[in-house]
Amino acid sequence: MKRLLLAASAVAALAACGETPQTLEHSKHDTAAFQGTGLPYVAPGWKPGDKTSWEQQLKTRTQQGQNEYAKTK
Amino acid sequence: MARMKFVCDAERCIECNGCVTACKNENEVPWGVNRRRVVTLNDGVPGEKSISVACMHCSDAPCMAVCPVQCFYRTEEGVVLHDKDVCIGCGYCSYACPFGAPQFPTQGTFGARGKMDKCTFCAGGPEANGSEAEFEKYGRNRLAEGKLPACAEMCSTKALLAGDGDVVADIFRNRVVQRGKGAEVWGWGTAYGSKQAGQPNGGKS
Repeated sequence: MKRLLLAASAVAALAACGETPQTLEHSKHDTAAFQGTGLPYVAPGWKPGDKTSWEQQLKTRTQQGQNEYAKTK
Repeated sequence: MARMKFVCDAERCIECNGCVTACKNENEVPWGVNRRRVVTLNDGVPGEKSISVACMHCSDAPCMAVCPVQCFYRTEEGVVLHDKDVCIGCGYCSYACPFGAPQFPTQGTFGARGKMDKCTFCAGGPEANGSEAEFEKYGRNRLAEGKLPACAEMCSTKALLAGDGDVVADIFRNRVVQRGKGAEVWGWGTAYGSKQAGQPNGGKS
């Protein structure tokens, strides 16, 4: 009887050890912006998938749209 | 490419709230949530200034550090985004953020706090670029369309600058040289960890 109780208590004590590990689901991998959307409404002047042309497009757009000194000089 | 950054030129902001409206419209931001707000400093005092404030996409983002479920991530361009499927709406990020950027919609059952919502620099979220799911959760992905954030592009006085950090800093520097004043860049020291010329001491950045 004692042995049985000991075995039962050992099983109960070790029950947590049998739990499967729970890992937190991390953020999905985001697609880089330079890949484009594949939809219309994309600003002309750059090639989706080409990182260099995308970067240049944003720099040009910033200068043309937000730097009025570039227009007046 | 350098990191994407916002600069608000306090000498130019006329408190028209055009940026707030542009953001709300472009991203179809729900009721009760303002990703961007215009704040007046020293209101009523002669020489008061207004600035447009949203998530600054900090270099060392405190929201990212305190999130218990690690829903935040940073894109290659330095834009701090989050995954609403992972967010539990605990609100820790809103306590940590020095700009009050994280917002929580409250139209859920019994006014329960929903998933966090904040400025995405018009870069969407982890869903496929330009997808309906991305738009529903985060709004437009203008960066993937080769455009800049709507708030900055709609700013009537070009007080709000957004884009490559080097380029916008250069534009701002040129303005300061031309007008000979107004070199203070509100929030840059806090967000990007650099002390800018003319910025006051004592945590007022």
